[in-house]
Amino acid sequence: MTYQIFIQQLINGISLGSLYGLIAIGYTMVYGILRLINFAHGDVMMMSCYFAFFGILVFSLPWWLSFIIAIALTGLLGMLIDKGAYKPVRKAPRISALITAIGVSFLLENLALVIWGGRPKAFYQPKFFSKKIVIAGVHLVSLSIWIPLITALLLIIVMWILYRTKTGMAMRSISRDMETTALMGINVDSIISKTFILGSVLAGAGGMMWAMKYPQVNPFIGIIPGLKAFVAAVLGGIGNVPGAVLGGFLLGITEIMLVALLPDLAGYRDAFAFIILIGILIFRPTGILGEVLPE
Amino acid sequence: MDKNILRNRILTLVSLIFLFFFLYLAKHYTSEYVLRILNNTAIFITLAVSYNLINGITGQFSLEPNAFVAIGAYTSALLTLTPAEKELSFIIKPLIWPLNSISLPFLPSLIIAGIVTAFFGFLMGFPVFRVRGDYLAIVTLGFGEVVRVVANNLQSITNGPLGLKGLAPYTNIWWTWGFCVFTVGFIVMLVNSSFGRAMKAIREDEMAAEASGINAFRHKMMAFTISAFFEGVAGGMLAHLITTISPTLFTFFLTFNLLIIIVAGGLGSTTGAIIGAVLFSVGGELLRAVEEPMDIGPLHIPGVPGMRMVIFSIILILLMLFARSGIMGRKEFSWDWLINKIRGLKR
Repeated sequence: MTYQIFIQQLINGISLGSLYGLIAIGYTMVYGILRLINFAHGDVMMMSCYFAFFGILVFSLPWWLSFIIAIALTGLLGMLIDKGAYKPVRKAPRISALITAIGVSFLLENLALVIWGGRPKAFYQPKFFSKKIVIAGVHLVSLSIWIPLITALLLIIVMWILYRTKTGMAMRSISRDMETTALMGINVDSIISKTFILGSVLAGAGGMMWAMKYPQVNPFIGIIPGLKAFVAAVLGGIGNVPGAVLGGFLLGITEIMLVALLPDLAGYRDAFAFIILIGILIFRPTGILGEVLPE
Repeated sequence: MDKNILRNRILTLVSLIFLFFFLYLAKHYTSEYVLRILNNTAIFITLAVSYNLINGITGQFSLEPNAFVAIGAYTSALLTLTPAEKELSFIIKPLIWPLNSISLPFLPSLIIAGIVTAFFGFLMGFPVFRVRGDYLAIVTLGFGEVVRVVANNLQSITNGPLGLKGLAPYTNIWWTWGFCVFTVGFIVMLVNSSFGRAMKAIREDEMAAEASGINAFRHKMMAFTISAFFEGVAGGMLAHLITTISPTLFTFFLTFNLLIIIVAGGLGSTTGAIIGAVLFSVGGELLRAVEEPMDIGPLHIPGVPGMRMVIFSIILILLMLFARSGIMGRKEFSWDWLINKIRGLKR
């Protein structure tokens, strides 16, 4: 492998990894607060792709406006899912909440299938993101550079919200002790709602970039990225936001490098993340940056 | 007391004979379509009851039955196909050596399928039972995905995405219902034995169970391996019922259906799993109506393919929100209960 190809693959890995990381933030925040694996998170991302697709195609909006509207709608969807499905089972055993999440995930997938059909739809690729760039013999699409930059920007915003605003302080406090936080006069339900909105908005942003990177939208595109993002969240230490992004990078880079170095194993790519997951849970269940032991 | 046990045994025997006659009549006087539903029902009961052993009785919420069914289906299919058929099917890469020249009758292939699946379940158990709760769910889900990906890629054994075609349609209602009765009987006896009580103790409080001298890991492994065995055999029957298998058949979708069944029936109740499986197979067929175009007077409603799954997902969510214990909760059917009910009605 020449060094150009190596750099090219590395950048591919970083951009894939930042997408995993972006989606993983939503998982990790919800898990940190509710101890719930939000199974439907990947499907929320899938819905955002459809929102943007229809914004551009049906309402002929400019792509950036359609992206913004799609991300906002995704945030709203996240809030609705929390209010409609997760809030009523909050006091129930955790397994009930997990089963509900599986139900929501299937509901979103099949609703999308019924409404929009199973045929993959070609996603619009803005010129701005599809420019081809050659730097020192390394061929790139501008999107692969924008994705990590946008992810970094969003991560900074999330960290700012978590550590510099009252809402963020309340979120961190709920993840430590929900009951005591409620006793301090904080409206726990509204903060949880905001967490879902934030997580879903990030999934929406991830969805836009995912759909530009792999411009085929179908009702099941959310499953694999969703599961891998969850693995990334566990790898980085679940409940830890920078850890989620770090886990995403590691997962994305190893996955791309594995395929680049051993093309024979390319077909096993989707199984690879789970082998990593099993490995982490056996040898270091807290993940790289995690502190609290999982149940 | 003794009289009651004898009476209950006689009642069970009588109802089995009734089941036999019912199936005999169904086989000779109904359509292929009804038989297909009956076969599916029996396979779903088998799967649901064995899935419930690990999820409901032992309380280890796992999501792997699709992996076990796939392993069982592939094993038995590879064993019953004749060498000539195998050569015809495997066009991209030939089948590896010992498998390409073997051809066994149906029954040994099913038994081997069960044993192979149980062996895989046993191996899986070591990493799986190091974690608990929702991590266990995700790890087992991961195993399901890994098995599917391997089936898709290991072309010299599974024929990849092309799958295996032209299996002999050995499965009939005697096989499916016979095995279904055997499974239910075995699992009911297991649950009522000291092993079953230990499994329930683990579900209620693992630490307390360990403190009382129950080896939690060993009992979890036992439940997992046994459920793998039954699911593997059921997978073999499924393969010879539909005669064509490919990796797309064994996605998480299958697990999801079983999950609805055992949740609707009541997690932890074998009776509930049976009721859930019957409702699911029969209800699923009735619900086909919503996917077909309908004419209500002058109103024409076009069919909506996929609507059934939307309805199933909504049912699962609603069950969790409003009826968490399902139909049976953790109660079981017993003759004593039925007789007391009838006496109560008379009074």
